[in-house]
Amino acid sequence: MSRAAKIVALALIAVAAIVAGFAAGSVSIPLASLVSALLHPGNDAISEILWKLRLPRVLAAFSCGGLLALAGTLMQVLLRNPLADPYVFGISGGAALGVMAGMLIGAGTVAQTGMGLAGAVLTSALVFGLSLRAGNWNPYRLLLTGVVVAAGLNALLSLILVLAPQTAVKGMLYWLMGDLGYAGNPLPGLLVLVVLFAVAMPFAPAMNVLALGRMKAHSLGVAVGGIEFVLFGLAAVAAVTAVLIGGTVGFVGLIAPHLVRQLGLADHRLLLPGVVLVGGGFLTLADTVARSAWAPLQFPVGVLTALLGVPILLMFLAGKEKDAAH
Amino acid sequence: MLHIEGVRLAYPGRILVEELSAEFKAGETWAVLGRNGSGKSTLLHALAALRRPQAGRVLLNDATLQDMPRRALARHVGVLLQEESREFWGSVNDYVLLGRYPHALSPFGWSGQDELIAQNELVAMHLGDLGTRPYASLSGGERQRARAAALFAQQPLVYLLDEPLQHLDLPHQVALLERLAGEARDRHATVVMALHDLLFAARYCNRFLLLFGDGRCSIGSAEEVFNTGLLGELYGFPLTLVDAGGERLFLPATRAGGRPHV
Repeated sequence: MSRAAKIVALALIAVAAIVAGFAAGSVSIPLASLVSALLHPGNDAISEILWKLRLPRVLAAFSCGGLLALAGTLMQVLLRNPLADPYVFGISGGAALGVMAGMLIGAGTVAQTGMGLAGAVLTSALVFGLSLRAGNWNPYRLLLTGVVVAAGLNALLSLILVLAPQTAVKGMLYWLMGDLGYAGNPLPGLLVLVVLFAVAMPFAPAMNVLALGRMKAHSLGVAVGGIEFVLFGLAAVAAVTAVLIGGTVGFVGLIAPHLVRQLGLADHRLLLPGVVLVGGGFLTLADTVARSAWAPLQFPVGVLTALLGVPILLMFLAGKEKDAAH
Repeated sequence: MLHIEGVRLAYPGRILVEELSAEFKAGETWAVLGRNGSGKSTLLHALAALRRPQAGRVLLNDATLQDMPRRALARHVGVLLQEESREFWGSVNDYVLLGRYPHALSPFGWSGQDELIAQNELVAMHLGDLGTRPYASLSGGERQRARAAALFAQQPLVYLLDEPLQHLDLPHQVALLERLAGEARDRHATVVMALHDLLFAARYCNRFLLLFGDGRCSIGSAEEVFNTGLLGELYGFPLTLVDAGGERLFLPATRAGGRPHV
């Protein structure tokens, strides 16, 4: 299969995931009614469910997954580390701390989002600042600083969970695991995804070179410092947006790039669109299962992405061993 | 073509090169010789604008290297680093195409012409049937050839090579040196390479730069440089001169000829 055909196949799978997300739920919608409700929205119950509930939820899931996958891909190439994920700056911990603190003092949803944003921005500024202050720039120090700061934030999160009243703890845990139940209007998230993707794409050839290390990239004519700065910014905005949509959903940002590379699409010009489709499609599918498989019970989607993500990642690692043995 | 004036290269507490001036002209093939840690790589990095010398200037056709835009510089100067990350996630084809990066006109990548050039260089390095293999799965020698193919795909006018013969078997060592000599002869490229093999250096290079590792440097032709006294001092190791049918070989002295003093 040619590389372009693989991208088309990924796009078709993503569309199928979105359609499945529209159709499945506590009330399942047959395909024919789905099409007519999409094309000619009426006042019936099906149109109501589709346009008020399913469509926003599915689009939120897709944009959240796409943003996480995009952020993860950028982080992996910037840190030259296949285990980097969107949260290496401590973005998830910072956002979680803000939102949890908001829940603890009983702030409204908008205020919670604002506090989450503030927490994420402060944490990433702290991690970036600390690793830049040490003089000569080194991705490993950035990685390590992020891990250490995240560990500190985790302790604070545990403290909040202990202090919080029983009734609030369940909502906090759902948020920490990643849950799209409170996603709200999906348009801002989608817009951020489209803009970030459009900004990142022209840097794709430079990312191919950057993967070989800074000195090699320098020698091939990449203005390394400036490009890295832009890409770190894009990754941070993508991760923060995703966290504000769906809480700290794990594994999507880590596995999406690996899966797409396994398909032979390591060239970032194909990898970037590939991961957005895979990450978005994967989270849409996982969220559909999370809210419909045990309906009316709804699971936080983060549990499912981890349950699915762990075996996929283990399979990838086993395959990698086989490659190395050749 | 490439010009250095009063260059000083140093690490904290250690001076490697002091007051070095040289002109690397078009069509010349240079060997940089010296012991481990004598500053060969550091000098090559300075020539490629990957490191700023502590003093002095590096000029490419009378323009200061540090002032040139990176991409424009990479169209003229190509570097084979001694080491680079093996963790490349694409195929051998993907890797060699990276050599075309400075020439790509579209922000979205290379053209069919670029792919053709990369493919030809793969074949020239005898990697034609490995193009679709993952780069990470290559053997050491195959990887070195892929790195050389990417460098030739870059089509620079100045080649800077840091131990280009490492990991290569004998036929591929000769093939790579023949190719580099051809680039100097036919395209009037400048070749500067750090080498440890005195025989190949003598056969394929016409200018020599000796780094003694303490700031002292010597520049000269084969006649000026290739004598047991200077080379013995360079390596801190006694050498024996052997005439092999008109070709002068420098062999490490045996114990009978003098105990090595490493």
